[in-house]
Amino acid sequence: MLKLFFHIGRYLKLIRIIFRRPENAGIYRRQILIEMDKLGLQSLGIVAIISVFMGAVLTIQTAFNTDHPLLPIYAIGFTTRQAIILEFSPTMIALILAGKVGSRVASEIGTMRVTEQIDALEIMGINAAGYLILPKVVASIIVNPVLVVISMFLGILGGWFAAAATDVVPLSHYVYGILFEFSEYDISYALIKTVVFAFIITTVSGYFGFYTRGGALEVGQASTRAVVFSSIYIILFNLILTQILLV
Amino acid sequence: MIQVKHLWKYFNAMPVLQDVSIRFEKGKTNLIIGSSGSGKTVLMKCLVGLIEADRGEINYDGKNFLDMPARKRKIIRKQLGMLFQGGALFDSLTVEENVMFPLDMFSEMSKEEKLERANMCLKRVNLENVNRLYPAEISGGMKKRVAIARAISNAPQYLFCDEPNSGLDPTNAIVIDNLIRDITWEFNITTVINTHDMNSVMEIGDKVSYLYMGKFWWEGTKEEILHTDNAELNKFVYATELLRILK
Repeated sequence: MLKLFFHIGRYLKLIRIIFRRPENAGIYRRQILIEMDKLGLQSLGIVAIISVFMGAVLTIQTAFNTDHPLLPIYAIGFTTRQAIILEFSPTMIALILAGKVGSRVASEIGTMRVTEQIDALEIMGINAAGYLILPKVVASIIVNPVLVVISMFLGILGGWFAAAATDVVPLSHYVYGILFEFSEYDISYALIKTVVFAFIITTVSGYFGFYTRGGALEVGQASTRAVVFSSIYIILFNLILTQILLV
Repeated sequence: MIQVKHLWKYFNAMPVLQDVSIRFEKGKTNLIIGSSGSGKTVLMKCLVGLIEADRGEINYDGKNFLDMPARKRKIIRKQLGMLFQGGALFDSLTVEENVMFPLDMFSEMSKEEKLERANMCLKRVNLENVNRLYPAEISGGMKKRVAIARAISNAPQYLFCDEPNSGLDPTNAIVIDNLIRDITWEFNITTVINTHDMNSVMEIGDKVSYLYMGKFWWEGTKEEILHTDNAELNKFVYATELLRILK
């Protein structure tokens, strides 16, 4: 229990250090652009593939599980859209990014720690935590919502492909269901979750990387812990945010 | 000049540095020698603020570093250059970008001026035509030279070198040693070097301080070290068969 409080306290302290005024705003801006590419654009491929297949599977499963005369056929499109927008795209993509981006952030920063690169930054008088973690946080907060919106679009498109390929639902009914009682708030809800998850992924992974001690073995362990804890916090905050924003 | 007075450092109630008092003089290569575990690295990390000493004083030209608030420490840190054992070059930056990094962060120079300064520093360490290479693409000796170039790019007042020639062959080790000595004289800076290499001591030891089990044990020049009657120091100096035969 004491260890848990120690980690929470140290994490909060790190967050405070990360948000200190940057030494050189220009360098940080350049880093943000680099991180947007590394953490965001380079994840586009996996996000696209997963989203298309997720949408397709969701459509087929919904069709098989809602085969009832009292349920309108367009409910398949409606359910697919709601599931993708409210849950699958923001949460599942966040969990995938926790694996891909989280391990990358923790191992990159952890390696810098064990090879004394972080010490070198600190000796130069640079806020190492801020320089290494803040651009990643900002980049993810900017780019993850874009990824999630793309994922929503591709997920729905994947469902459309499944409908077209398997005849589980006529395309016109699928499209009608997709457009049926669309609420813009659902998108806002999903994007709010995405921003919180982006913050969790980068700060939790940054935390485990920044406090790595030892060598290659410990970098691997830090990377694993970063993924595990980011995923747990994403699921936990998913519940909390759903309760706050939807109920 | 750096003056250390009655410095103490404990790890888990075990004293690692015990009442250490040493003076590091300006324009000289000040060597700290001692066997592994004698406290050399801890002392150096205390000097640069990577480890917080528990008691004592570290005076940079009369100003006690340990009493300074973080803001004032940052000013001192900008006057420090450090050469780490492994070089600690930033993997994601090219050689040129590594050398320019402190200038990018803190100087008001134009890009051309920074480039000129970086090239001058690289030339000073006898490195040319490696500007666009990444640290992974150059040899260990070249990495050390790039690290020296980075350490001097911001015109530091104090240069710290942690085992600068570890992992290098004797020829390259002497090149690095001589480079550090020449830079110390040329720029009239206070240089502190951690080493347990007697070749370095004989090559560049303007002033040698011997640490033994966390305590300051002996001080003198490279000439005096050969004729001392200090039993512990003699054991360290004449540890190798070669030196015993020469004696």
